[in-house]
Amino acid sequence: MSNFWSWWIIIITAIIIVGSFVVLHLTRKMEDNGEETTGHVYDGIEEYNNPLPKWWLNLFYITLVFSMGYLFLYPGLGSYKGYFNWSQESNWEEEVAEAEKVYGPVFAQYQDTPIKELIKDENAMDIGRRIFLNVCAACHGSDASGAPGFPNLTDNDWLYGGTPEKIVETLVNGRQGAMMAFGEQLNEEQISQLTSYVVSLSGMTAPEKEIAAGEKLFAANCVACHGADAKGNQMIGAPNLTDNIWLYSRSRKVIARTIRNGRNGNMPAHKEILGDAKLHLVAAYVYSLSNKK
Amino acid sequence: MTETNAPSYNYTVVRQFAVMTVIWGIVGMAVGVLLAAQLLFPELNFDTPWLTYSRIRPLHTNAVIFAFGGCALMCTSLYVVQRTCQTPLFSNFLAGFVFWGWQLVILLAAISLPLGYTSSKEYAELEWPIDILIALVWVAYAIVFFGTIMKRKSPHIYVANWFYGAFILTVAILHIVNSAAIPLSWTKSYSVYAGAVDAMVQWWYGHNAVGFFLTAGFLGMMYYYVPKQAGRPVYSYRLSIVHFWALIAIYMWAGPHHLHYTALPDWAQSLGMIMSLILLAPSWGGMINGIMTLSGAWHKLRTDPILKFLIVSLSFYGMSTFEGPMMAIKTVNALSHYTEWTIGHVHSGALGWVAFVSIGAMYYMLPRMFGQKEMYSIKLINWHFWIATVGVVLYIAAMWIAGVMEGLMWRSFNDDGTLAYTFVQTVEMKKPYYAIRLVGGALFLSGMFIMAYNMFKTMAAPKRATVDKAAPAVA
Repeated sequence: MSNFWSWWIIIITAIIIVGSFVVLHLTRKMEDNGEETTGHVYDGIEEYNNPLPKWWLNLFYITLVFSMGYLFLYPGLGSYKGYFNWSQESNWEEEVAEAEKVYGPVFAQYQDTPIKELIKDENAMDIGRRIFLNVCAACHGSDASGAPGFPNLTDNDWLYGGTPEKIVETLVNGRQGAMMAFGEQLNEEQISQLTSYVVSLSGMTAPEKEIAAGEKLFAANCVACHGADAKGNQMIGAPNLTDNIWLYSRSRKVIARTIRNGRNGNMPAHKEILGDAKLHLVAAYVYSLSNKK
Repeated sequence: MTETNAPSYNYTVVRQFAVMTVIWGIVGMAVGVLLAAQLLFPELNFDTPWLTYSRIRPLHTNAVIFAFGGCALMCTSLYVVQRTCQTPLFSNFLAGFVFWGWQLVILLAAISLPLGYTSSKEYAELEWPIDILIALVWVAYAIVFFGTIMKRKSPHIYVANWFYGAFILTVAILHIVNSAAIPLSWTKSYSVYAGAVDAMVQWWYGHNAVGFFLTAGFLGMMYYYVPKQAGRPVYSYRLSIVHFWALIAIYMWAGPHHLHYTALPDWAQSLGMIMSLILLAPSWGGMINGIMTLSGAWHKLRTDPILKFLIVSLSFYGMSTFEGPMMAIKTVNALSHYTEWTIGHVHSGALGWVAFVSIGAMYYMLPRMFGQKEMYSIKLINWHFWIATVGVVLYIAAMWIAGVMEGLMWRSFNDDGTLAYTFVQTVEMKKPYYAIRLVGGALFLSGMFIMAYNMFKTMAAPKRATVDKAAPAVA
């Protein structure tokens, strides 16, 4: 802040506070003319001129004095930092450092235990679950069963793989799941045919004619990612289409929309958010959900 | 007081605004009740975009503040300024323009907000063409008001007019500065401010909308209708001077308390906090002057439900202007911010103070505007008073409890430093309080229906006298 603006703030603040003192002082000195009104009459309304109530005056003074004290101790008067040299950033950093000191060891004690071992430790799983509820539940749900667009983590069906290493990888770097849009290449009839074929893969019924036509479209457009057997590809996060587990919905309408418009799934990277120790615990918790000890 | 050329007082615009105050009150509060119900039963948006919470919430706030509150302020200010200056309005044409222009603004808001057009600035959501219309209407309003004061026949300017005047001037500045935007099309614009500056301008506007629209304006109303209805002189002239100047000088600074612990620089947060604290005494000055005006006439409270509305409004005013400075203290704010407590605080001011004082003033005005001695039914005013009082108390008590519990839940930790509660657990905890709030809000709304019935009956009653424009009003 430039000197000019600093003084601008200081002077205006001083005018307000000192001005309040002056106005109160002068008004207090005004004569008390008792039960008499001021003599003004407005549409029948008259005015007494009672003195300012004592308790009210004192209340006013207290707030003014408190404010002067506060502005001496804390930042407020332009670029003056205050006696305590307090700032919300340093306040936050101190609290985080303190929490790190207290809670850091709680998490760190599990860091060297392999995930497959860790899931047998009830305490560790309790902590992992709490981290999950704080950080992951907003998308994946409190019970980790997911929501449309957010995978169910309890069904042992994995887009990118369910080994401890793969789960950690997903957490550390995040995932960017993209399916391209086919609305430009395929007409509505073809989209309907392809949809019929896709739903038939997991045993749902669809018109036979459409399924046959859809199979050809699938071979031409989809196998590169989803595979010739439509069982997906965990290397690129392409879902298995034969297991009747649906990331968005099983309804024909939604599947057709996915084909038409494509999809863009995003799991954010959590390395910075969680740190290694907590990330290890929550990875173990997620692993435990489909690998009971 | 005798007024020989009295028939030229412009009561048409006052009458129009009085009726619309009641009607917009019902509309705005009905939307509020629907919102309260949606928080309990989300399916009440009927899967339509136009009834989505995020679209009708600004409709509710705009309708109750600017339609209901705005009409009440325009109605009473244009009445009071004529009566206390003993002169008719400066321009009847402009007064008519103010009424119809303001109704057009409200209509455009009621259409554009549910359609999803918004500048996304809280309490200033309307898009730029409507903002320009507001500015035009407001300038006309200012010309009518100050023009009338200029040609006053009384030597001094009555205190009610100071407050109305401060409200009109300041709201003009607030609206124009905060709404400054670069239009992209007829329905979309971007604020000229960016980042933390935009946030600061927005809350400088936002809090002064509370300070000047919902406080100064309604204090003007209080300063006329309380002494009138009580039939007593105002308690202290010097107190009104001190608290007027202190209030308008200090309110301007309080905005940053909406942005504690954000990207706003520390110095601005501190100043916002201490100015909000200093504001306690100036705010209470108005309450003291109002309530003490009644000393010597306390017995009237037993029989006069209009006076009950006015005095209870002052109690709620005192309560929420105590609560406000407390919530502006950073450590208290760390608990209260983003919780239902804020909603409770706002409604103790909006329902308890603003609506109560307006309702009291309207019950005073309506019979006078429609050539009656009093309202069609005094008993119904009494019913309205008790139903509304129970409604407010249920509403704010529910929100206080829900808010404080929510704030405490958000900040409780497990032994390992993780948060003890998930977000959905706090929502679950709030459910019963949402139900109580819905009941409170519905009660308040039903009071407004009683008022509308009473109003239409009063309007339809055979005239007992032509509107007496000269005689001092009978208290």
